[in-house]
Amino acid sequence: MREALLLFLVVASGTGGEICVTRAMKHVGEVTDFRTLAVVRVILRAMKVPWMWIGISMMALAFFSLLAVLSIENVSFVVPVTALNYAAGALGGKFFLGERVTPRRWAGVLIVCIGVTLVWLGKR
Amino acid sequence: MTSSVGLHLKTYSMLLIMVVFAPLGNVLLGKGMKSVGSVVSWAPSKLPHIISLVFMSGYIWLGIASLLTFFVAYMLILSWADFSYVQPASSIALLVVALLGYFYLGERISPLHWTGIVVICLGVFVVGNTPPRTTEVR
Repeated sequence: MREALLLFLVVASGTGGEICVTRAMKHVGEVTDFRTLAVVRVILRAMKVPWMWIGISMMALAFFSLLAVLSIENVSFVVPVTALNYAAGALGGKFFLGERVTPRRWAGVLIVCIGVTLVWLGKR
Repeated sequence: MTSSVGLHLKTYSMLLIMVVFAPLGNVLLGKGMKSVGSVVSWAPSKLPHIISLVFMSGYIWLGIASLLTFFVAYMLILSWADFSYVQPASSIALLVVALLGYFYLGERISPLHWTGIVVICLGVFVVGNTPPRTTEVR
C-alpha cells in the first residue's frame, strides 16, 4: 500500500513537474547554440521563469518519493512502473500544453499501460 | 530556420544522452538506497537520520550527477520538441534499467516481469514514431 502511494507520487508529481518545465522552456524559446556558455545562459534564463521553479519543486517531491520507494523495491520493478508517466504525459501534453496527441500515440500509451500491469503482476 | 535533418540530428543526440544517463542514475540511486536500508519509519524524529544516511552515500551522489546530466539534455530538447514526444522516446531507458538491475545489481526478474518490460518498450516504440513537433513555435 505504501509503495503504491509512493509510486503514485513519483508519477503524478514527476509528470506535473515535467509539464511545468516544458512550459518554462517553450517560454525561453528554441535552443540553437550548444556552446557551453550559451547553454549556461539558457539555463539561467530558464531559472527566471516561475513555471521552472514550480516544475523543479514537483520534480524534487517525485525524486524523494523515488528514493523512498527504491529503499523498499527493486529498481527493475520501480522504474518500469514509472512508465505510467507516459499515460500521464500524453494527458498532460494534450490538456495543459495544447499538444496534438495522435491516435497512434494513444495506442502506444495503452500498450505501455498493459506492460505496466504485467510488470506489477509479475512481481507477485 | 532549422532544417528537418538538423532538427532530427540534434534531437537524437540529446535522446542518446538521456537514454544513457537516466538509467545509470536510477540504478546508482537504487544501489545507494539499498545500502541505506528500507525507509520503514516516517516518524519526523527519524527523518534527519535517514536523510543524513542517504546523502552520505557515494552512490546517491553519483546517481544525482547522472540524473543532472540527463536533466540538462532534457531541458535542452524540450525547448524544441513536444513533451509527449520526448518523454516516450526516451523510455527505451526502461529496458536499460532492467538489464542493469539484472546484470549489475543481481535482481531477480520473473518471465512475466520481463514480458511486461518488453511490452512497455513496444508501446514506447509505437509512441516514439510520431513527429517531434505538433505545435507552432511562438
